[in-house]
Amino acid sequence: MNLRYLLQRLGTLLLVLIGVSILTFAVMPLVPGSPARVRLGVQATPEAVAVLEQQLGLDRPLSTQYFSWIGGIVTRGDFGLSLISSQNISREVSRRLPATLQLAFAALLIGLLIALPAGIAAALKPGSTRDLGASVFSQLGVSVPDFWLGILLIMVFAEMLGWLPSTGYVPISQGFWPWFSHLLLPAVSAGLVSGAIMTRFVRSAMLEVLGQDYVRTARAKGLSERTVTWKHALRNAAISIATIVGLQMATLLSAVVVVEIIFSWPGLGSMALNATLQRDYPVLQAALLLFAATFAVINLLTDLSYLLLNPALEYG
Amino acid sequence: MRSATKFVSRFVRHRLAMLGSIIILLLVSAAIFGQYLAPHDPIAMDFAARLTGPSADHLLGTDEFGRDILSRILHGASVSLRVALIAVGISTLFGVMLGSVAGFFGGLLDEVIMRIMDILFAFPAVLLAITVMAILGRGIENAMIAIAIVYVPIFARVARGAVIAVRQNEFVTAARALGRPNIAILARHILPNSLGPIIAQVSISLAFAILAEAALSFFGLGTQPPEPSWGRMLAEGRSFMQQAWWLGVFPGLAIMLSVMGFNFLGDGLRDLLDPRMKTTNR
Repeated sequence: MNLRYLLQRLGTLLLVLIGVSILTFAVMPLVPGSPARVRLGVQATPEAVAVLEQQLGLDRPLSTQYFSWIGGIVTRGDFGLSLISSQNISREVSRRLPATLQLAFAALLIGLLIALPAGIAAALKPGSTRDLGASVFSQLGVSVPDFWLGILLIMVFAEMLGWLPSTGYVPISQGFWPWFSHLLLPAVSAGLVSGAIMTRFVRSAMLEVLGQDYVRTARAKGLSERTVTWKHALRNAAISIATIVGLQMATLLSAVVVVEIIFSWPGLGSMALNATLQRDYPVLQAALLLFAATFAVINLLTDLSYLLLNPALEYG
Repeated sequence: MRSATKFVSRFVRHRLAMLGSIIILLLVSAAIFGQYLAPHDPIAMDFAARLTGPSADHLLGTDEFGRDILSRILHGASVSLRVALIAVGISTLFGVMLGSVAGFFGGLLDEVIMRIMDILFAFPAVLLAITVMAILGRGIENAMIAIAIVYVPIFARVARGAVIAVRQNEFVTAARALGRPNIAILARHILPNSLGPIIAQVSISLAFAILAEAALSFFGLGTQPPEPSWGRMLAEGRSFMQQAWWLGVFPGLAIMLSVMGFNFLGDGLRDLLDPRMKTTNR
């Protein structure tokens, strides 16, 4: 593996993460109302607020506060205390992170289950009815507001038909069907838009590869159309498809935040909105940091997948 | 002049771009003339007509306070459009400024500006907007600023790419050889020639700004009551949707149609102005 490239990418990742943490921390003093006042309520005396501020270390210089905050996160996974519940944020995070990751992966899976067949089918017969159908679907899908789709799905499948539960999350340890039935509607709501966007890119990636010389050569050798499509074309299109999937994660994670709120999904996105509404800034900080870190790591994995999918790059 | 005529004739033949333009024209008309076209007062309550379905008097039905949905949607158009235009205007201004400076001068300045953009880009769009709202407080003006901040990095990237592509042209070298100051070269020679991808990005970003405003208002952070906004209408109607489907369907359709209009136009403009696809969907 190309070590220098890997190190360079890791360096950039670290730099972005440090920047993210500084930005997340630096905006805290801009939030109206000091944390001590939020915790004590509006009727607290200035003296009581000052005492609590000292206890929380808020009278120390900002840089000292930053290093003790980030130090706690890096060494102990300690995000501090919630201003509202006074509970340890880490415990909340460790409960919510798996829920968010499950939803994100399920949404990505749904997106790919839509985009790969639709995009490939469209590319194999450009200009055909099914190509037109795929392009109409992708044009409409891109414009559907994810939170509206969630509302409609709840309206139809939960309230009118009663087939699926409308909100909430059940861990898989309580059985496959309860888990799956709660996951399905949120995952579709979050994954459809990405699926629609990816359909377009899968189609163009396949079309480009199908026009290449080596595909023509493979056909000329008398290989079956199936072998040409799956072995020669798709494997080569996979690299550009992986890029798209990586880029799509930004849209997808944003959709996950929205969908969590609609479906009362107990993840980091709904935690972030609740924290905003309650002015619980330390909790919002934790959510921001974790989402940005997830995104940065996915970007790195996307880059690394090029090396995996295209061994020729190793020597490049 | 001839290239302008050629552009218009290609644009008119681009079916998607034309369809998008027609939808946008309808949206703009609703935003401007909505208050005259609306059959009812959008905030007048009529408890006798609570949650009535679509009828001749209320074409799209009424909400839980007996307010006319069609009138509220028509009024909501101006809110949506205003927020989207101002937000995208701000982010275009700042993004293009930062991106073109980064692309033109390169080196350390480029590194610093673009890494800061990377940091902003690392947050999910909606989460970043929610955070800005947490700092600035609720309300429609703050929603505009929040949405603007989300789109600055995208415009910076698009403008930077476009500027770098144009920078290598001979007319830039010629202007340099003539001793023109950098700012003049950037403003007079490079930016006018990099506008294609930026214009396409503006249209696509308008689509997503309409979505973002609806989402923020849906969460109770954007437009405040009683002003009608499509996102708020969906939020307020949510508990009544089981008995009154029109509360959930029509405001959402209004959002989707508007988003579609700008997406179609943006796609068309991208085909015509940015064949190398520097613009991003987000």
